[in-house]
Amino acid sequence: MKKKKYIVSFPRLGNYVYPIYNMLDRLVDHSMVDIMFPKSMSKNTIELGSNVSPDFVCLPFKYNMGNFIEVLENGANFLIQAGGGCRYGYYAEVQEQILRDLGYDFTYVSLLEPEGINVKKLYEKVRLLNLNLSFAKFAKEVILAIKAIELLDKVETYIRDNYMYEIKKGEFDKIHKDFIKNVSNISFIQDLIKLKKNVYKRLKLVKLLDKQSSKHIIKVGIIGELYTSMEPFSTFYLEKELASLGVKVKRYTTVTYLLFKKGKSIKKHIKYANKYIDYALGADGTESIAHTLELIEKGYDGIIHIKPFGCTPEINAIPILQKIAQENEIPIMYLTFDSQTSQTGIKTRLEAFYDMLVMKKNMKMETKCIEIGSKENRLNYDKQKYGFQN
Amino acid sequence: MDKYYIGVDIGSISTKAVVIDSNNNIIASEYIWTEGSPIEATKKVVKTLKNILEKKKIKCNIYGIGTTGSARNLIGTVLNANVVKNEITAHAIGTLSVYPDVKTILEIGGQDSKLIILKNGIVVDYAMNTLCAAGTGAFLSSQAKRLGVNIEDLGNIALMSKNPSKIAARCTVFAESDLVHKAQIGHKKEDLIAGICNSVVHNYLNNLAKGKKIEDRVVFQGGVSKNVGVVEAFKRVLKTEVYVDTSSHLMGALGVAIISKNANKNGSKLDFNFDIDNIEFKTVGSQCSGCSNNCEIVSVYKDGILIDKMGGRCDKGNSLRKTI
Repeated sequence: MKKKKYIVSFPRLGNYVYPIYNMLDRLVDHSMVDIMFPKSMSKNTIELGSNVSPDFVCLPFKYNMGNFIEVLENGANFLIQAGGGCRYGYYAEVQEQILRDLGYDFTYVSLLEPEGINVKKLYEKVRLLNLNLSFAKFAKEVILAIKAIELLDKVETYIRDNYMYEIKKGEFDKIHKDFIKNVSNISFIQDLIKLKKNVYKRLKLVKLLDKQSSKHIIKVGIIGELYTSMEPFSTFYLEKELASLGVKVKRYTTVTYLLFKKGKSIKKHIKYANKYIDYALGADGTESIAHTLELIEKGYDGIIHIKPFGCTPEINAIPILQKIAQENEIPIMYLTFDSQTSQTGIKTRLEAFYDMLVMKKNMKMETKCIEIGSKENRLNYDKQKYGFQN
Repeated sequence: MDKYYIGVDIGSISTKAVVIDSNNNIIASEYIWTEGSPIEATKKVVKTLKNILEKKKIKCNIYGIGTTGSARNLIGTVLNANVVKNEITAHAIGTLSVYPDVKTILEIGGQDSKLIILKNGIVVDYAMNTLCAAGTGAFLSSQAKRLGVNIEDLGNIALMSKNPSKIAARCTVFAESDLVHKAQIGHKKEDLIAGICNSVVHNYLNNLAKGKKIEDRVVFQGGVSKNVGVVEAFKRVLKTEVYVDTSSHLMGALGVAIISKNANKNGSKLDFNFDIDNIEFKTVGSQCSGCSNNCEIVSVYKDGILIDKMGGRCDKGNSLRKTI
């Protein structure tokens, strides 16, 4: 009897799906495995996910479930989950059980061990998909993917930092789109180096406003839980929404950060924030505190703290953040996302937050840069209303 | 010729509108229930404004129209407003024009509640309830109905109580079960109602005021500010005077009227017709099939001509050019 072909898929997270897809595609034995690209996030995803998830579980779980059901319905039979910190560490087991109870037939692999990354075990797991996979090939592809993710983060951070200063709107979006297409198509480290050179060349060519003369631009930092930070759909494209209002956005949490910097920096963070914390808060809570202090030091105008409903580490961080906000007189807005959050509500709050920061800044600089209710504002509203491509 | 500005605040429960002159004085105002149809409510308030102005023999030249509240985008389109502003900014600007020294604005409306902190006349912090309508006007009106009391009388009845019942403040469901339970074991109606008023205050302070300093002068507004029971409870808990303006319910409309004034820099007269009653506005709901988000698009027609589309996440659905 001919052995059934594996059809592999995985949950989405921001634009990271592209390098991950590329890695899997290059690792597996195509005579026995196909890779299915997970469907784009939509309302349908979260509806499917919430229907089968425990009500009080946090949002990432529900999105993951939605992703899984969508690919299973499309014929996938081999699911990959990451595993990792806080409650997330137990997701894989619960999700597998729920999906089995729903009657789906599939193989399920959780990549990380509860204690963290175990390269040898990881290799064994990937070999399920390619019996002839040598360790050298495995190592090469994983490193390539990590490098690709690093580049992706660098490019996206650069764009976030400069988006506001773009003179001809849409240039960055175009470069980003092309870059994403290319990053899912690299075979060797040389390709990546070439891509990097190419994309940086294009990025540097984008004409920017003189940063000195655009001092009035409002700067906002985004802190909080990792999934909502990195998956724009789950926060109704919060960053783009802010950018459309004319705000410069800074965000620390990226996969690069989580993979390489997080482990090393916890102690540093606690030391840096020792006025407020003595020990780690778990998951991303410690970073939320330390990064807030850093943003204040860097002169940011406001901070937005985001989390899925019920995220315990971030709830722990909130009272400390409130104290910091009071002592440093910096506004922090807390946004909680769940499957039923209304987009209008978020828009209203962001708009009000923006108005407030503008008023504050005008007062501080004693010049009237942008007046509330000015034509510019009306234009921004129009821009919002008529949308921009996501 | 004098210049006048219109501000309309279309909330979930009530619709408020004002006409102001260039010195921010309210010339005419109206306050009615929205009753689920913002367009009809707007037509009604505009008609009333017109009648008031005619009675006062004011020939009105409109130089600015602003809309705020949860239906601000829809009504912004209908009235062809020059400013559409969120209610937080509108409330802050409106209140500042009446109380320039205000430091704290407490606002409890039909479905949401807000806390706005100001310093030297600018907003420095705010909070707005999320995810839950506990402790808002909707809770009060449903409990009033349960107790068979008119919502307007709730406050005065509460003041009669000498020993308010303790009602859970955390969650509407818990509050309601507390209420039912205490009613059944014989608590007096006025004690229960005073308990509800207290619970609204505690819920508000627990949810919104966490980590925020409430300083004098405190101004309380929104529909619930008309309830003296809640006002007294705020005074008692905050241990400070709480100001409720007679036109506290109009602050959002006033604010957005002032914003529309500031926005009309070149001072050109707007082409505004008070007789919108005769114009037929129709909204048609449809689903965009551009992608799997299936956004619900609302198309607004004015006398059969499409004037706006809204509700889409991208311009695929919102674009007026393409049909979906």
